This record gives sequence, C-alpha cells and structure tokens, in this order.
Amino acid sequence: MGKRAIRESAADRLFIAAVYLFLTVVLCVILFPLLYILSASFSSPAAVTSGKVWLWPVDFSLEGYKAVFRNANILIGYGNSLFYAVFGTLVNVAMTVMIAYPLARKTFYGRGAIMFALAFTMFFDGGLIPNYLVVKSLGLLDTRLAMIVPGALAVFQVIVARTFFQTTIPDELAEAAEIDGCSDFKFMVNVVLPLSKPILAVMTLMYAVGHWNAYFNALIYLKNANLFPLQIFLRNILILNTVDPAMVANVNDLLVQQGLKDLLKYSLIVVSSAPVLIIYPFVQKHFVKGVMIGSLKG
Amino acid sequence: MAGARSEAVLQRQAAQGKPNKYGVYKKIKKHWQFYLLVFAPLLYIAIFKYVPMFGVLIAFKEYNVVQGVFGSPWVGFKYFKQFFDTPFFWQYIKNTLGITLYGLIVGFPAPIVLALALNEIRNGWFKKSVQMVTYAPYFISTVIMVSIIIVNLSPHVGLFSNILTAFGVEPVDLMGKPELFKSIYVWSDVWQYTGYGAIIYIAALSGVNPDLYEAAKVDGATRLQKIVHIDIPSLVPVTVILLILNLGNVMSLGFEKIYLMQNPLNQTASEVISTYVYKVGLLGANFSFSAAIGLFNSVVNFVLLIVVNTAAKKLSSTSLW
Repeated sequence: MGKRAIRESAADRLFIAAVYLFLTVVLCVILFPLLYILSASFSSPAAVTSGKVWLWPVDFSLEGYKAVFRNANILIGYGNSLFYAVFGTLVNVAMTVMIAYPLARKTFYGRGAIMFALAFTMFFDGGLIPNYLVVKSLGLLDTRLAMIVPGALAVFQVIVARTFFQTTIPDELAEAAEIDGCSDFKFMVNVVLPLSKPILAVMTLMYAVGHWNAYFNALIYLKNANLFPLQIFLRNILILNTVDPAMVANVNDLLVQQGLKDLLKYSLIVVSSAPVLIIYPFVQKHFVKGVMIGSLKG
Repeated sequence: MAGARSEAVLQRQAAQGKPNKYGVYKKIKKHWQFYLLVFAPLLYIAIFKYVPMFGVLIAFKEYNVVQGVFGSPWVGFKYFKQFFDTPFFWQYIKNTLGITLYGLIVGFPAPIVLALALNEIRNGWFKKSVQMVTYAPYFISTVIMVSIIIVNLSPHVGLFSNILTAFGVEPVDLMGKPELFKSIYVWSDVWQYTGYGAIIYIAALSGVNPDLYEAAKVDGATRLQKIVHIDIPSLVPVTVILLILNLGNVMSLGFEKIYLMQNPLNQTASEVISTYVYKVGLLGANFSFSAAIGLFNSVVNFVLLIVVNTAAKKLSSTSLW
C-alpha cells in the first residue's frame, strides 16, 4: 500500500464505495435466507406459523429437532449416506489417482489415446436409459454397490489431478528415481502422493460432498427403503410433504400439529446440511485452490 | 555415480529416438506398472461410459428384455417420429431452451461481475467473508435447495410471504404459478452458484501482470477505466471457453432440480426433455422411446458444441480444440 503515491480521485472513491455497497447487498441476500432457516428451526411452532420469526429465534425451543429425531428413517438415511460417502469416496479417490498419475507421465506409452477416450465421454453420453440398462444387466439394481460403482470415477477430477501431478512433480525427479531403481509404483506411493496432499484434499471434499448430496442414482437404482440415502427421505418429507405421523404423535391439537410439521422442516434442513457446512470453512482454502488448478487446463 | 546416471539417460534417450515395434514393446514392458494401475479405471470407463453409448442402439429398436439390446428387432426412426409427433414436443423444447437460455443470460455474467467487484477491494476480513459466504451455497444439496425455495415461498409460513404480509399484500402460492417458474428456477441458481462460478474468474484476474495497473495509474486511469481496459480483456479467454461449454449444453437441462420443483400446477412450464425422458422411460418402462429422446438431445448438444467452437475459433482464436 505504501506505493500508492497518487491519491485516489473523488470519482474513484465513490466507485469503490459503490463496490462495497454492492458486495454488502450480495452478502445479505445470500445470508438472509440461511439465517432465517436457522432461526426458524430454533423457534417455537407457533412463532413460525404466525410469521413472527425474522432474523433471530422467537420463543427459543428445540421442538423441531426433537420431532426430527423421532423419525427412524432420518437415522437410517443418515447412516446410509455416511456409508456411501465414506466408501464411495475411498473408491473414487483411489480410482482417480490410479489413472491420473500414469496419464501425467511422459513415459506412459498410449496416454494420448487414453486422454482422448476420457475427454470424449465428457461431451457425449449414452443417456439415462442405456446407463440404467448397464447397471441392471450387472445385477447392481437395489444393492449398495449401485450407489458406489456407477459413479466410481469423475473424468473432470481425473483431468484436474493429472494437471496437478504434471505441474508439481517434475519429470526429472521421476527419471532420477527410475535410474536409482525405484519402480513406478513405489515412486507414486512414496514420493508423488505425499507431495499431492492439497489435490487429494480437494478431491476428497468434492467426491464426499457429491455422495452426501446425491439423490438421483438412489431414485432410479434403489427400491428397498433400508438402503435409501438421507436425501431420498428428505425429499419425501420436505418436498412430497409426507410427514411420518410418529414425528408429531405427541401433539393432540391439530393446529399445533400443523405448526410442528412446518417447523420440523426447518430443523431437518439444518440437520441434514450441517455435516457439509461444518467441514466447509476448514477446507475452503484447499477447495479454492483445487478449482483454480482445474481452471488452468480449462 | 553421476557418470553412470548420465550414461543411463543417454541410453534411454537413444532408445526413445528409434520408435519401432520393438521399442514400443520395450516401453510398455519397462512401465508395466502403469498399465496395471490404469486397468481398473479403464475397465470402468469402458463399461459405464462406452457400453451405454452402444446401448443407444435401442433407440432404433423395439427393445424388449428377453431379446436384449442386440437381439431386439429394428424399427428405424419410429420412436424419433413418435417423439416429434407428440403434441407436447414443441412445448418441452420451448421449456428446456427457455430455462437454459434465461439461465445463461442471467447466470453467466453474474460470476464475472462478482469477481470484478471482489478484485477491486483490498484483501481483508470483508473480502474473505464475502468469498466464504458466497461459495457456501454451492455445497447445499439439490433436495435441500428446492426445499429452501419451497419453504421460503410457501404461502403460509415462508420468509417471502412474511415480507408480503408486512407490506399488506395477500401471499400467494408462487410455486403454483407456471409464469413464474422459470424465474424462480434461474434466480435460485444464481443465488446458489454465483460465488462458486466466480472462483475461476478471480483466479484469472489474480494472474494479471501488476505492471499494467502501475502503468494505468501513472497515466491517470480511473478504477472503472482499469476494469474496462485491463480486467475485462484479461477475462476474455476463460469467458469464451466457458461460454462454448455452456452453449454446447443448452439442451441438457439437469434433471434433479427441475424434477423436484415440479408440481401439478406448474406442469405446463416445468416439463422439460430430461423429466419427460425419466417419466416415459423409467416410470412408463418405454425404454426405446425414452432412449430415442435422450439420443436426440445428445446429438443436438454435440452438434451445437462443434458449431459454437468453430465460430469461436474464427471470431476470437480461443477455442476448446
């Protein structure tokens, strides 16, 4: 800042004030609906129904959260989603590294052809029904594997990881290791992976969030409710409006029951988004870096 | 030691200099572990990406489960004709294109504006908070996002109806109005994805040579002039690439969000190609008809991508390939 020899003109100061104002408005527009949901979830049913909640909780209560946890399906869904996110992400990261690292090496004969074959799938896709038929013919319908195997690899992540390996691991290093008798596999595990923690973190985050948020594959591949991820149960309650009577069973007054039905939706939104939004601030830096690496290659 | 190393490099370079059949075999043998590594991922790509591409054959066949993809009888373009003759054909196309183009017009410049604005202010807690908050909605799931929309717009408890009531206006069910559907879809997307979309432009702006700003300052340029003459031109390449990718996708409107936002009242505006494919195909079990629609969609997209890319190459010398 010390270099700023020439003072800003009045017009410039006005302009920068407008920029700050604009960004403040953007900030409020994004924060307000989120804050509203958070506040409503901690309010009493009556306060929510009568529209008394604006920015802060009114008549603080945990009724909504109690109602959410009275529903056994939510817990089943939470468990299933956790399972799919953990194992799905493990498979994703392993598969992505397995193909992205060789593709980053010049000594890998045939990498051009493989790169083309991968990139082509980003622009042309068989479509819903042919994909469904493949999953069906492999006997994966209505199994836990249907939530993991059909999405085992994202081509976009492969390209991002490959770009990272290419730019951070110099070819000379690999050549030197090769001459010293280090195998490709050993080099990858002992040298490349420890140097690639940022990209591994980003990849893990993106894949894990993808699994946690996914509902489409479950919608088309699963029929057994015991295998449903959280998102399917959320859809039933939040969007199709089918509230399990057990959740509001302890309330006899119909009007209060309706209020609780409204309230528990807010609580449910908070409960289900919490895991992702809690982890988010800690990985934000990495994640921005990852997107930027991806953008280098276009 | 050093001598032995350089000798080995020379030998290897000599081997690479002569690409013959024997050389290729040797190269593969030397790095056999690479081929072991890529085996599983390639198998995945073959089964889950390329097999479905051949599976689109059923669009030209009368598919039945017993005879399978290859055994079912040919019917040619029967299902394509059936789709074009559907009374709602034009309505679905119109809805699909209407939403994607509206989304492109509003949603495409939004991240650029945000990135330019963020680039103007100093690094500090304010900038960091704006970035952190604007990226956050990206991580909200589609189901939750649609619930937030429905809950906030609901006529009896939502935030929006609270605001309307405060102004003395009788709240209405906004989700049930077909004429508002596009706007709700597009603007909620802007709310959710603008911050995330800005990251790529912020990255491009951070790569601008600082000498340019210094020179502009010396010449007495205002902030606005610096944006117009330095920032915006430096964003052109990445903008063109993203625009090509987006235009190549105008026919493929994501299924998830729109399907969740549908209700019987807004059906006339909210039925699009992808939701129709799902309904006829999986719910109606009419696999061939549905695959034909899907293929039609893919082909239109692919052709559009090529056309737009060629045009971009001619006009701006930036292109995907």
